[in-house]
Parts: sequence; structure tokens; C-alpha cells
Amino acid sequence: MQALTNRAKEVDRRQMTFLESIYLWNIFKGMIVTFKHLFKKRPTIQYPEQQRTFSPVFRGLHVLNRDEEGRERCTACGLCAVACPAEAITMEAAERLPGEENLYREEKYAARYEINMLRCIFCGLCEEACPKDAIYLSETFAPANYNRRGFVYGKQDLLIPNPKTEAPELAKAKGIH
Amino acid sequence: MSEQPLFKVTIDNITIEVPAGTTILEAARKIGGEVAPPTMCYYSKLKGSGGKCRTCLVEVSKGSEKDPRPMPKLVASCRTTIMDGMEVKNITSPKVLDARAGVVEFLLLNHPLDCPICDQAGECHLQDLSYEHGKEKTRYEFQKRIFHKVDLGDKIQLHMTRCILCYRCVFTADQLTTNREHGILDRGDHAQIATFIQKNLQSDFIGNVIDVCPVGALTDKTFRFKNRVWFTKPVDAHRDCDKCCGEVQLWMRGDEVYRVTARKDEWGEVKESSKGSTGWICNECRFDKKKVSDWIIEGPSNINRHSVISQGHYVGLKKPNETLSKVMQGRDPKLLMNIHEVSEVNKENIQLSLLERPAHSNDFNQ
Repeated sequence: MQALTNRAKEVDRRQMTFLESIYLWNIFKGMIVTFKHLFKKRPTIQYPEQQRTFSPVFRGLHVLNRDEEGRERCTACGLCAVACPAEAITMEAAERLPGEENLYREEKYAARYEINMLRCIFCGLCEEACPKDAIYLSETFAPANYNRRGFVYGKQDLLIPNPKTEAPELAKAKGIH
Repeated sequence: MSEQPLFKVTIDNITIEVPAGTTILEAARKIGGEVAPPTMCYYSKLKGSGGKCRTCLVEVSKGSEKDPRPMPKLVASCRTTIMDGMEVKNITSPKVLDARAGVVEFLLLNHPLDCPICDQAGECHLQDLSYEHGKEKTRYEFQKRIFHKVDLGDKIQLHMTRCILCYRCVFTADQLTTNREHGILDRGDHAQIATFIQKNLQSDFIGNVIDVCPVGALTDKTFRFKNRVWFTKPVDAHRDCDKCCGEVQLWMRGDEVYRVTARKDEWGEVKESSKGSTGWICNECRFDKKKVSDWIIEGPSNINRHSVISQGHYVGLKKPNETLSKVMQGRDPKLLMNIHEVSEVNKENIQLSLLERPAHSNDFNQ
């Protein structure tokens, strides 16, 4: 059979000499590699104490955004759900009543908004599809859970803290101390 | 009556013979496909419609066999009848495409870009038109004209801000109902569809103005904000109705009927019913029959696969046989989580389809 590359080495099946059979030279060669690593920079990160910074394009847990006045931006247009390749997003819309203008930005809003994190593949297409800047993938992981029912995230789990009434919480969530 | 002479007309290099008196648009629709110019105001089922929106402009490069001079300007194909030997250019003419992009820009001058909120999104002709023929940008820098929302009766919502003044609804009300109660008030930039002094629209067939509206200016209040069009499943259904043909399209989610509309053909116009007349439907069928038991379902509607409405409709799907229970000696696999127990969406105590108005926060916070 013709070799695909010329890097293949023939296996040497000759009888080893006595010097070769005590492996002294080969052990020494191996130890050189080992000791060389003692003087190299350690790549391991001590996870809970030390944390790696996220890349700016990291796609983590979703958040539902509010505008600067604390109103929900989502208008339940359904574009995130139609863009979602995993069909993880569902919603139900409602009409804003008079007096709710401080809660919702548009006349229609998502009364229910759910992301099934078991289905989600964190592709970020919902973020791309959103015409209202309402959904973003943040720089955190979806936390682990003991049972599956904890992975269906409703609006309470996804909405960011209100910048008007819950400013300290929002700053904490953003990582500003 | 003598036999009408057949005229030969060439549209985009495709020759077709049509009876004299046919408009260029109707001839192009006979060829079908992309050759047919888009229309926003013309509606073949409504007498006198057309000639207002200018989206169907075409170039006539040869007037007729007898007078082969081209027409000096682009003509509205819905209002121009064909001549023998006429040659028409639609998508093969750069002049037409340029003019059409300009028309789209004009139509969008005052049209709010609130498609995320609008119930018509997904089946909106203006959306399709601007996507296919428009430009990405507008040069308009001024405030768009704004109107307040108006209720035309308790089932029809008028968003005058979205209206493009195609007059289709006026013709519908004029030709389908006995006494017309709405029309165009004011002129020019202030022109608006209105009822005179907020009069209720009571006629049995007035609901059809929702179907003829090419944009989201007239929408069904019983469907308002309930669901996006592309998440509902369209099925053909019928019932015995003494007022109308009773042949409709139901837009369902599961076993809930969210919306009832007339059936539409490939041009987005109301189809002919099996009795041969135009399939307009009455208000009772449209607004009041929101239960599956009211209807005899014929089967899923045929939806163009390029339409967003066809998303998630897996036609001709063959499911493989479930082998798990066979392998496990007849025992079904253990369900680890029933999503309906966890999810707050589509709860049984909130029947959105049976609400006659849009859902509000108090419907959800029971």
C-alpha cells in the first residue's frame, strides 16, 4: 500500500542489544522532557478562586433586557422563536393596559416568555433576530441543577433587574462593584 | 354575443393569447410567477379597484402591431388593457425595477415600522413588496403621520397609521354590504379611512375588509396579539352557514381556533368558493365560531414553502416506528419531565382563543 505521507516510520523489529534492553538512555531522554516542564508556565487555572475572563463574543445564559426607564423591551414578536433552531423559545403575548406604560415599552408585550435551557444550544440566533434589542446572551453559564424542571426559564429568571428600582442588583449582575 | 377576438401579448418575452379587454396585469397573472407585477391596491374580486398604489407599473416597449411605438411613460398594468401584438417588460426592464423601488419608498414614507407588534406581519403584502422590490434605506427625514387607533365596531381594529390608502376596504364595504358606513375622509396627507363620527359597522360581511387589507391597518380584534401568524397552523374547514359560503381557513394552535379567515389564492386574494362565487365569509363565521366543534376540518391548507407561515410545517414527514417499548418488553419509557407541568405557556385555564378581545395582564395573573 502506498503511504499517504512520507513521515511513516518502519517498525524496527531487530533483536535489542544488552545496552538497549536496559532502557537507560531512553529513560534519560524521557526525564529531560519531564524536567523541562518544571520550568514552564503552568496553564492550569485554579477554578473557583481564579476565573478565566470570558471572550466578548461568549454566548451564555440569556437575559431579557429593559430600557433605561426600566420598561421591558420585548414585544413578543416571535422572531427569536422562529429563528431558534432548537425550538426552545415559547411565548404568549398580551396587550398593554392603560396604566402599564411604565412596565412595557410597546403596546404589546410578552406576558409569558420561556426558554427551555435543556433544548437551547446557545447559538445566539435569537439575539441576532431580535428587532427590539430585548434578548441578549450574557457572559455566564446556565447554572447546574438537580432536576430537569429547573431548566425551563420563565420571565422572572431572564429579566434583568430594573435600572430604576433595583440599581444595586443590576450593577452587581453586570459585575460592577 | 360574438366571440371576443384573441390578442397576442408578449410579457417579459413570454407570449400569451388573451381575449381583448384584458388588462396587462391579468394577462401577466395568467403566465404567473414573477412575471406578474405585485399589486397593493388592485383586487380582481372588487370592481373599480386599482390604479392607486403604482406598484404594478410596467414598461410597454411596443404599443401594438398597428402602432409599434413604445408608450412614453411606465403604465399601471392593472388599468391598461392589452393591444394586439403589445410587448410589455416587467422584471426585464431596469426602468420598472427602479420605479418600483421608488414606489415602495413612497409607500413606506408614512408606514410605521412596527412589524414586531403588527398582527399582519408574516402575511403582509407591503412586507413582501418591500423585501422583494424595495431598497434598504429611506431618505425621508421627517416625522411620520400619526393617527390614533380606532375601533370599527367591537371586532375590527383600525390602525390608520399603517394604512396605505389602497381603497380596497372602501370597495369591499361598498360592494358587499348594503349600506356603507365608512370611507375616506380628508384629502392628501390627511386622508384617512374613517367611519363618520365613530359609527359602528354592523353589516354581516364587513369583516371581509380585514382580509382585503394588504397591510395591518384593519385587523381582527378577536385575534389581536394572540399569536404570530407563523406559529398557527392553517387548515381548511367549512360549516353550513346560511349567510355565506362557509368555506374558511382556520388558524389553529393545537385544538384552539385562534382566527378564521377566508381562503386566499396565490395572489393573496379571496378564493372562489366551490359554488363559484367569491368566497367572502360572514362575520358570524369569522368572529363567533372559535371552537373546533363548529367546523368540519378538511385538512391542512397548502402554504407556499417560501412563506414564513410554512415554518415548522413538516409536510410529508415519515416518523420512524417507536422501537423503545418493543425492546423493553412492552413497557413505555419513563417520562423524565412533562413539559406541560413545568411550562407556564398554553395553560388550560387560560383559553386565549375564546377571548373576544386581546389578552391583558389580568387574564394571565389569575
